[in-house]
Amino acid sequence: MFDQILQFLLTGVTVGATYALVALGFAIIYNASDVVNFAQGEFVMIGAMSAIALSASNGLPLWLAIIISILITVGVGMALQRFAIAPARGASVVTTIIITIGASIFLRGIALLLWGKDIFALPHFSGETPIHIGEATLLPQNIWVMGGGALMVIGVHYFFNHTTQGKAVLACSCNRTAAHLVGINVSRMMLIAYGLSAMLGASAGILVAPITFTSYETGVMLGLKGFSAAILGGMGNPMGAVAGGLLLGLIESLAAGLISSGYKDAIGFVILLLVLFFRPSGLFGKASADRV
Amino acid sequence: MSIIKTISSLAVSAILTLTGSQLMASETIKIGSFLAITGGASFLGDPELKTLQMYVEEINAAGGHAGKQIELVHYDTGGRAKDAVKFAKRLIQKDKVDLIVGGSTSGTSLAVMPLVAESEIPFISLAGSVKIIYPVQKWTFKMPHTDAMAAAKIYGDMRKRGISKVALISGSGGFGKSGRTQSINLAKQFGITIVADESYGAKDTDMTAQLTKIRDTDAQAILNFGFGTGPAIVTKNVRQLGIDLPLYQSHGVASKKFIELAGEAAEGVRLPAAALLVADQLPDSDPQKAVLLAYKSKFEAAHGPVSTFGGHAYDGLFIALDAIERAGTTDKAKVRDEIENTKGFIGTAGVFNMSPQDHLGLGMDAFKMLEIKNGNWVIVE
Amino acid sequence: MRYLRGFFILTAIVVAMPFLFPDNYYVTVVAVAAGLNAILAVSLNLLMGYAGQISLGHAAFFGIGAYSSAILTTRFGWNPWLAIVAGMALTCSVAFLVARPILRLKGHYLAMATLGLGIIVNILLVQGERWTGGPDGLGDIPTLSIFGWIVDSDLRWYIVIGSVLLLVVVLAQNIINSRSGRALRALHGSEVAAEMMGINTTATKTAVFVLAALIASLAGSLFSHQQTFVSPESFSFFFSIELVTMVVLGGMASTYGAVLGAVILTFLPELLVVFEEFEVMIFGAILMLMMIFLPQGLLVGFNEQIRKWLLQRARASGGEQRRDIA
Repeated sequence: MFDQILQFLLTGVTVGATYALVALGFAIIYNASDVVNFAQGEFVMIGAMSAIALSASNGLPLWLAIIISILITVGVGMALQRFAIAPARGASVVTTIIITIGASIFLRGIALLLWGKDIFALPHFSGETPIHIGEATLLPQNIWVMGGGALMVIGVHYFFNHTTQGKAVLACSCNRTAAHLVGINVSRMMLIAYGLSAMLGASAGILVAPITFTSYETGVMLGLKGFSAAILGGMGNPMGAVAGGLLLGLIESLAAGLISSGYKDAIGFVILLLVLFFRPSGLFGKASADRV
Repeated sequence: MSIIKTISSLAVSAILTLTGSQLMASETIKIGSFLAITGGASFLGDPELKTLQMYVEEINAAGGHAGKQIELVHYDTGGRAKDAVKFAKRLIQKDKVDLIVGGSTSGTSLAVMPLVAESEIPFISLAGSVKIIYPVQKWTFKMPHTDAMAAAKIYGDMRKRGISKVALISGSGGFGKSGRTQSINLAKQFGITIVADESYGAKDTDMTAQLTKIRDTDAQAILNFGFGTGPAIVTKNVRQLGIDLPLYQSHGVASKKFIELAGEAAEGVRLPAAALLVADQLPDSDPQKAVLLAYKSKFEAAHGPVSTFGGHAYDGLFIALDAIERAGTTDKAKVRDEIENTKGFIGTAGVFNMSPQDHLGLGMDAFKMLEIKNGNWVIVE
Repeated sequence: MRYLRGFFILTAIVVAMPFLFPDNYYVTVVAVAAGLNAILAVSLNLLMGYAGQISLGHAAFFGIGAYSSAILTTRFGWNPWLAIVAGMALTCSVAFLVARPILRLKGHYLAMATLGLGIIVNILLVQGERWTGGPDGLGDIPTLSIFGWIVDSDLRWYIVIGSVLLLVVVLAQNIINSRSGRALRALHGSEVAAEMMGINTTATKTAVFVLAALIASLAGSLFSHQQTFVSPESFSFFFSIELVTMVVLGGMASTYGAVLGAVILTFLPELLVVFEEFEVMIFGAILMLMMIFLPQGLLVGFNEQIRKWLLQRARASGGEQRRDIA
């Protein structure tokens, strides 16, 4: 029984780490621009798909393919901000949501044209020999996912709290006009936020692609789970989003293992709803005050 | 005012599309198709469409079928039943096709069956569920083996190996669910006990939780019904957890893609599938061999590795064309009767012998039990 | 009078279509689908456009209605009309139960909660095979008959769905222009202010939520009988998002905007099928561009453009006159 639980926990943390990175992307963009970016999942897809395309068909070494594909995704993220979000400034929240949904369909459509409908896999970074922890097992790639995820979370934390650029982005999210008045280039900060968020998405996609496989459609489900995780943790709190992601992964895995695999997603959402009923701003979100 | 403007412009474009499609002369055979070209079941719909297009083009270039050009009208359902019904109506009412070959998934096929019966148009389904042909419906036929036959084939092989306790894991999509139901229904008949019954979602990325549970049962083999990424992840997870039990997959993974994705973990996996995958291993005396090799080389030259799914479209297309030729007309009722009279048609899925009681016409012998060895399929009998 | 004008135009279009295009696929099939979507969009618009409460789970109530009708008529042999009422009763109780805790939430949290609700209902439909038939769906649903008039052709369904749509539009317009409608709009403006004015916001929000759910349930039952087949993916969260898109695309807080949005989003894929592989990309691009350039929605956006243009003309001619005087 203990070995089983250990395996469920390991599985949950791996899956949760992916959710956490996607959720973190949601939180960063939300923080910077009050936009819930429903195209977040597509960043994951674009990162993974372009890495596969570059390494498999163009024969680039894996590390180079990864770097280029992250750059491509960052470019897509910035373009999204520049050409879809920025022109619609001042539009209502729902309108921007629909714009990002349109963007995600558009990006998926392009991926479909470029790479077709097939499912692809990226090679494991360091082999597939399972590592045993008692009776439970772990793939080297799982460690890559967790380690890479942790590194990026720390990096984001450092960026927002210890660098001028990061603080400037945060300033924009607190008060756009004030930030502008103190001489912060608001539109550049927006680009940085979207680029950063795209980078996180792409990295998540690349890290998990060897385990989960990928196709032009993988972004949808990850986007949904990432959004759920960000809400669970409390929208607008980056570290809350990370916690939300890990928690959601653990809930799903434990529900599948201990209760019912058919209803594991339903159990995840029921818990999410219960959390919201008792904490209407998520686990670590600040209670919002209504503007009168 | 703006409402009127929009509506009138919509109406204009509607008229344009309407008149455009009726320019074709009646001297053509119109074949309609609705397939899951995008969406989770696109690995079915995609090769099916490619096959249909490839052969229609070839026949037309060679002067047509019995002197008539073939026109293929196809729509993408995305695997959604609602869209399937809508597009089936479009095929019947607007495009006025002579018959329909399509319906990649069981859900979309089942959804249009009442419509097909009401409109009295022959429909050849390319989907798996046994519900499509049992009970027999006058206007509906079906090309692939049923999921019940797959389960029976697997159980037969298990019994030969002395396996009686099976852990079942299945996808929560239509294919997985239906396969699960058939597996549970048939278990008793084969003297098999289901000791675990787990499932996973179509987009799930890790099944170790479910498999850990299975590991702690006294199962002697694992049976997985599902398609897409799920079965490949299950296969990899089984090896990762060090579970040393025989793993059976369904005919839902009968494509090279599965071996490519699961890699080394796929070694030793068994699955029931049509002979198409192992065409070159058949004895020359096998009546199917020539047909299989011809289809395989044609498809692979144009689009890459074959799957059995595209093969179903081949079977459907040529059974339909043969029936039209025998009927000497595209009259729907006569064509339907001739499809039902199909005897000894050598297709990719087997030799079809239909009858009023059997709208599939395939026997169990057309199904081969395959094992994956060195990245390829080997027949085990 | 002004709100009646829109209604007359809509009625005229609905009535004229089958005469202008008899036996046309776009009228008898696509327009029926558009009509059902319009009913759903109008109901969702009551909640989103007027009460300002976003819902990404509207398809759940659509699904509850559809499956109630499907299960009760096929498995228990109920009369379809009785099944419709039973479906609405079930929807009513579900909506009422979840309304209170869910509507306490705001903004994105509300969006998430409704999204979660929709997904949970969908999972129940997929997993509850014994009753729902699972992902393969449930067929052989009988069609409706109204006092012996059997609704068994596409044209007849057009008449039924068209009439129900017009009724729902009248209902929505009446609510919006009633006392409670003004309370609703106050809610959208500022909930706190509305509360101060003595409006019981919780009760009002709950009432609208339940009403929107009831209309969706009715639409679901009609869908079920019209298709004679239901399967869970018709009620997935993708469809919920599509409904929200219809409302926003047409123009929030406008009943006719919702109708327009539903019509456009139903017809667009029909017209785009010719693009085959490019369809997905083009659809996404159109959606994005429309929202970027007409963020208020098409109906409001067009009206505004026309008003601006008229104003400019008036100003231009007014300016000339003034110059004349000078």
